[in-house]
Amino acid sequence: MRKVYTKINSIAGNVVTLNADNVSYEDLAIVESGHGTSLAQVVKLNHDEVSLQVFQGTKGVSTGDKVRFLGHPMQVSFSENLLGRVFTGSGKPRDNKSDLQDNMIEIGGPSVNPSKRKIPENMIRTGIPMIDVFNTLVESQKLPIFSIPGEPYNELLARIALQAEADVIVFGGMGLKHDDYLNFRNTFEEGGVLHRSILFVHTAADPLVECLMVADMALAVAENFAVEKNMRVLVLLTDMTAFSDALKEIAITMEQIPSNRGYPGDLYSQLAMRYEKAVDFEGSGSVTTLAVTTMPGDDVTHPVPDNTGYITEGQFYLRNGWIEPFGSLSRLKQMVNGKTRDDHRDIMTACIQLYAKCKESREKQSMGFMMSAWDEKLLRYGERFEKEMMSLSVNLTLEEALDGCWKILSSIFEPQEVGISSKLVEKYWRSGE
Amino acid sequence: MADTKGKIVAIYGNLVTAEVTGSVRQNAVAYCCRSRDGVKLKAEIIRLRNQYIDMQVFEATRGLQVGDEVEITSGLLSVTLGPGLLGQTYDGLQNPLPQLAEECGFFLKSGVYKDPLNKEVKWKFTPSKKVGDTVSAGDYLGSVPEGIFTHQIIVPPSFFGELTIEKIAKEGEYTIEEKIVTLKDSSGASHELGMSYEWPVKLPMKGYKDRLLPTEPLTTKQRIIDSFFPICKGGTYCIPGPFGAGKTVMQQITSRHAEVDVVIVAACGERAGEVVETLREFPELTDPKTGRPLMERTIIICNTSSMPVAAREASVYTGITLAEYYRLMGLDVLLLADSTSRWAQALREMSGRLEEIPGEEAFPAYLESVIASFYERAGLVELRSGEKGSVTVGGTVSPAGGNFEEPVTQATLKVVGAFHGLSRARADARRFPSMDPIESWSKYQGSISEDDVAFAKNILRSGNEVGQMMTVVGEEGVSIDDFILFLKSELLDRVYLQQNAFDDIDAACSLDRQKHTFSVLLEVLNHQFSYESKDAARTGFFQLQEAFLNWNLTEWESQAFKDQESKVKGLL
Repeated sequence: MRKVYTKINSIAGNVVTLNADNVSYEDLAIVESGHGTSLAQVVKLNHDEVSLQVFQGTKGVSTGDKVRFLGHPMQVSFSENLLGRVFTGSGKPRDNKSDLQDNMIEIGGPSVNPSKRKIPENMIRTGIPMIDVFNTLVESQKLPIFSIPGEPYNELLARIALQAEADVIVFGGMGLKHDDYLNFRNTFEEGGVLHRSILFVHTAADPLVECLMVADMALAVAENFAVEKNMRVLVLLTDMTAFSDALKEIAITMEQIPSNRGYPGDLYSQLAMRYEKAVDFEGSGSVTTLAVTTMPGDDVTHPVPDNTGYITEGQFYLRNGWIEPFGSLSRLKQMVNGKTRDDHRDIMTACIQLYAKCKESREKQSMGFMMSAWDEKLLRYGERFEKEMMSLSVNLTLEEALDGCWKILSSIFEPQEVGISSKLVEKYWRSGE
Repeated sequence: MADTKGKIVAIYGNLVTAEVTGSVRQNAVAYCCRSRDGVKLKAEIIRLRNQYIDMQVFEATRGLQVGDEVEITSGLLSVTLGPGLLGQTYDGLQNPLPQLAEECGFFLKSGVYKDPLNKEVKWKFTPSKKVGDTVSAGDYLGSVPEGIFTHQIIVPPSFFGELTIEKIAKEGEYTIEEKIVTLKDSSGASHELGMSYEWPVKLPMKGYKDRLLPTEPLTTKQRIIDSFFPICKGGTYCIPGPFGAGKTVMQQITSRHAEVDVVIVAACGERAGEVVETLREFPELTDPKTGRPLMERTIIICNTSSMPVAAREASVYTGITLAEYYRLMGLDVLLLADSTSRWAQALREMSGRLEEIPGEEAFPAYLESVIASFYERAGLVELRSGEKGSVTVGGTVSPAGGNFEEPVTQATLKVVGAFHGLSRARADARRFPSMDPIESWSKYQGSISEDDVAFAKNILRSGNEVGQMMTVVGEEGVSIDDFILFLKSELLDRVYLQQNAFDDIDAACSLDRQKHTFSVLLEVLNHQFSYESKDAARTGFFQLQEAFLNWNLTEWESQAFKDQESKVKGLL
């Protein structure tokens, strides 16, 4: 039996300090107070004084409460029994089913050796034309969805979960509204993917530290499914801005010097440690990460989206209810879109260029300039492109979407106007429609 | 070498404090022994206070306990130098990553350190000195062939004064550890040396006769760099840019095409995926100069963003030390550091934990001097053999929010010779390389006449002004002459400054070709066009642009090249 300590020296914020020996850095402890028990983690050791971050917060903790050290860092159970289950940020069941304690693995493990990574080469189909055709998602990619609060980012994420080609879906909800959590769970259940999903959920009302744990637990589980079971895992995280804000809050309580808008100086490293878990393992499975980053005030230079942009392989911009074609970028798309269908790259470029021209025409129109016949064509094109391709309600396979693009182009333009090589035009142009 | 021992008294992140008795050295290497499983974690001493030492640990400190033992060595953080470095992939502390993967599998494991150089391989040594010769630090003792190079075995720069060769091995095969030479110093002490030795990464490696002014241009085969913002062998430059502007792509292109002998890529705190591309593709790509795989002239140092933060700082120093080592053999070395901001952030994290008084944006006050002394290690030198060698340093900077006013960019701009600023606007407009031709500068003299370049830059600047005016007053509001000026600047931008990295021919444009193309382009820019209307001017310039672009895609000096050239000229 491990020693029980009953004398807490100080309580400040969510951190308590006490004198204890034989304690390892980052180990867990249990704090038993009159208001229940809580997990706590060692965040600082100084001589025999131990600082503990109490997960449930320190409200009501008294200096005489019992503290017991567990002798190991934060762990999560890993087995196929996790599938279909929902957990809290401390790994406890949220779905009133049994607690899982078998095969415990450490979370926040070491980085992957770069020489064991593979160059990504497989596309992940999502059924969303703005992703599949224009910003292809690639296995092992890490992509954030930059979004203004209020955009349907969670709906988008849920839809990707239902439609993406993945063996296992690991969902990490951070700072979620309880309603959003229920929505996700219902969508997963109704969509028939819950049996191959694992949900780690921290709601806005839950203890702050669990927000950080959610990301690490989700990624540790995902990593193990990829390495141990050779599975293609899709990790969905929402919202990384809540995660960063939790980091900020904890750093400030720990009296760290803030660097930019109150965020700690290691925000980049902290985010990178999580995003870099997206890997295509040589000779094994893969982890692909899609994460929502809400941009306060639609400001991309805010520290969270800014640091994220330096880490991830592109980004989807969600604005006005659709994935914006201009700011969005999948840095890995050229690794896969050359081998899908011969017209993929050309259609992608042509459609976006024409849409850019359409925007110019719209500007002219709004300033009251005369519309030429060419402008009229572009306006018609823009309208149809938005309705038939950009709208998030559209659900098409890649091939259907490519055909759809040809259909729009053929019905509005002359072949020489679209800037696609004559070889492809001959093959795909739908004259007479 | 565990000279002194200590006990851990405090742990906070990767900062560990220990209590010691006995003498310790600032910046010495120490090992924290995790009592739970006996694993030893490498650390560097960064502050000494009475009996306490503060160390930055190069690994995750999870599992360490107060009371755990610390072994303190007398050696500073060092790299191993010797034949066999080329073609290797190291982490920031010079552990060979492929060998680590063999031992530990997919994940990096704390406390596993491997020999940087193979100790079994035999190298064919040919002495160039004989018994009785006097030598000094930096002199060649003999050489071994390493791939395409003659790898000189040098008297380590740690020796002072004149030394006499007491013994030197005959021509033959030796491992790097076998003693091949015995030197006697002025005090009469003898030193036995093998082919490899260690060098502390934070000390510049001297051993040359003199430092010279960099004057010879370094060709990168990127038109915008070589013609407009040149860099010199032995010079320094920086590439700041917001995310998505193509910093890493530029570094990758440079690492492929630059006309230097050795390229050292230090991936410091950036995406692992990008290093993997280099790692997997370089062994397959051939160096057009030598016909050998590019990897044979490359060393990759890879401490990506999720690897331990403290080793990030070490990785740039490891890179520059290896560069200095090859410079002493008379080679031209290019060090590409991507990105120096991540290194600065690592300094900031440590400084915060040490509770130092922060400077701007919480960066430590000594940031500027640390950056300056790093870039100052670049340079063109005259060696004791009379040959020249150079280290050129190109560092990317990732400014927060793409704002160049931030401390790391500003500190870097003070010490570099060229500034290649990337702009978000150009990247969004898909104009690659997205280097801003108005904001960027270079203090080096390139291969193209300065007057011509100034003339072209002037057209860019005034054309840009016209372009801005047109956004306000519309095309109707400017005169046809101004409009033609605008078209000229757009043409210059499109066909010369922009370069297609995905096209086999356009990706690398040799210096001769640049000179030739530029002279034709100058003719166009000087030409007095007389168009009746703006539409006619636009059409005319579109034709010119198309002809020029096709010309860029033809092979240099081929028949197609000549044909296309006359087409371009025919349009004037």
